Amino acid sequence: MNQLEVNNVSVSHAQGLQRNTVVHNVDLSVQAGECFGLVGPSGCGKSSLLWVLAGLNPYWEGDISLFGQPLESGKVFTGELRRRVQMVFQDPYASLHPKHRLRRTLAEPLKLLGLQDIDDRLSEGFKQVGLAENMIDRYPHQLSGGQRQRVAIIRALLLEPKLLLLDEPTSALDMSVQAEILNLLNDLKASRDLTMIMVSHDPDVIDYMCDHAVTMKAGRIDQEKYYR
Amino acid sequence: MIISQTWRGLPLRQLFNTFNIGLLLVVLLVVLALLAPYISTFDPNVQNIQDRLLAPNAQHWFGTDRFGRDLFSRVLHGARPTLLLVSLVILLTVPIGLTVGICAGYFGGWVERILMRLTDIVMSLPSLVIALALVSILGPGLMNGALALAFTSWPSFARQARTETLSIRRSDYLTAAKMQGVSGWRLIFGHILPLILPSAIVRAALNLGGIILSAAGLGFLGMGIQPPAAEWGSMVASGSRVIFDQWWVAAVPGVAILLASLAFNLLGDGLRDKMDPRHDK
Repeated sequence: MNQLEVNNVSVSHAQGLQRNTVVHNVDLSVQAGECFGLVGPSGCGKSSLLWVLAGLNPYWEGDISLFGQPLESGKVFTGELRRRVQMVFQDPYASLHPKHRLRRTLAEPLKLLGLQDIDDRLSEGFKQVGLAENMIDRYPHQLSGGQRQRVAIIRALLLEPKLLLLDEPTSALDMSVQAEILNLLNDLKASRDLTMIMVSHDPDVIDYMCDHAVTMKAGRIDQEKYYR
Repeated sequence: MIISQTWRGLPLRQLFNTFNIGLLLVVLLVVLALLAPYISTFDPNVQNIQDRLLAPNAQHWFGTDRFGRDLFSRVLHGARPTLLLVSLVILLTVPIGLTVGICAGYFGGWVERILMRLTDIVMSLPSLVIALALVSILGPGLMNGALALAFTSWPSFARQARTETLSIRRSDYLTAAKMQGVSGWRLIFGHILPLILPSAIVRAALNLGGIILSAAGLGFLGMGIQPPAAEWGSMVASGSRVIFDQWWVAAVPGVAILLASLAFNLLGDGLRDKMDPRHDK
C-alpha cells in the first residue's frame, strides 16, 4: 500500500495578500516502510513540499492522500493525523525550546495525549537513541549538536509516527556525527517500520539512506532515481 | 601606585556596577517604606504650629513644613503610597501589554492590525494629561491614580512583546511544538511567554522611574493621594509656596523623588546590561 500519494500538487506561500507558487504540479508516491529522498539545490522547493506534508503549510492545490485518506487543502492537521506525521528539523540548535528542560519538551505532548507511563517512555526513548538518561533534566544549551539532534529524533518518535519527515537532519552536524545520526535513523526505520521522507541537498546522504528518490529543480521534479 | 581594592576577591569597580547600586537603592527604599512607622521620629500627621517651617536641626533632621509636621517622618511615610502605586501600575500594565503584544504577534492578520492601531492610539495620548482627566472623572485616590497611569503606560510593553513574538513565531521550536499537538493558550503562555518575559521585566524596571515621576506629578497637581496623608508630590507642591525662604520643605521630598526614580532607572539599566548576551562581565 502506498502511504503517501501526491498528484499534481502545487505549493504556494502567502506573501501579504498574494500567493507565490514555488512548487508546480508534482507527482510522487511513497510506499510503506521505505525511505524516500527529495534531492535538489537550495530554493528548489523541496522543503516547501515537505512543509505541506508536515501539515504546516495549508496553501496547496492538487490531490494528496496520506495513509489512504485524502487531505483537504487549507486545513491544518489535527488529532490522530497530527500525531502520525512528525518531523526532525534541520538546525538542532533552533529546534528545542531554549528555556525548557528536555523533560518538559518531551513530556508535554505525551501529557496532552493523556498517555500513562510517560517516564518509562522517555527513558526507553533515551536508550534507543543512545543518550544517557541523566541528561533529561538539562537545558538544550547544555548539549552538543549531535545530542540535540538525537533529542529531536526522540521527540518525533515518542508520538509513534507512521511517517517521519527529515528536513536535512544532518547538514548542520560534522561528518562523524552525521554518520552516527544516519545509522541511528536506519536502525529506527528497520525496528519501527517507519516510512521516512528525507530532504537533502547531499546526494551521498540520499544514496546511503533512501530506497527511492527524486531530484527537484525550480519547483518541478527533474528526474526519478531508484536505488537498490 | 595603584591600590587594588577588593571585597571578598571582587574588585570594587565590579562590585559597584549599575545593577548593584540600583538594587541596593531599591532594596533600601522598600525597607525604609516597610519600616517607616518604626524609624520615623514623629507622627507624620501631627501638626504643631509652634514648630512650623523649622530648618533642619537635631530634633527635626529634615526640618518641618508649614503645619509643623516633621519632614523626615513624612518623607519616610511618603515612600509607602509611591511604592504601592508603582507596583499597582506595573501589575496592571505588564499583563495587559504582554497579552496584547503576544496576541498581535502570534495571530497576525486582522487581530494584529486592530490591536496595534489601538496601541498606537493610546501611545499618542499625552500620558499625564489623560491621567489627570481620568482621575478627575474617577475621583482622586491611590487606586484611581494607578488606573489612570496604567491606562497610558501599557503600549510600550505591547509593542516590545509584539516585535519579539514576531521574531520567534516562525522558529523551529514553536513549529515543532505545534506539530506535537501543543496549541492555543498553552503555546502562548507555556512557550512564547517565557521568552518574552525577561525583556518585559527589564522594560518594567526602566519604566518605573518614569511612573514614579508621573505619580509625583499627579500628587503635585492635587490628583494623587489626598492630604493629610504624606505623599511626595503633594509635599513638593506645599513646599513650593515657601521655596525661596524655606527651601528644604520642597527640596526634601524632591530629593526623595529623584533618588527613587534614579534607583529604578539604575536597576533597569543594570538588568538590561545583564540580560544582553553581548554583556560579558
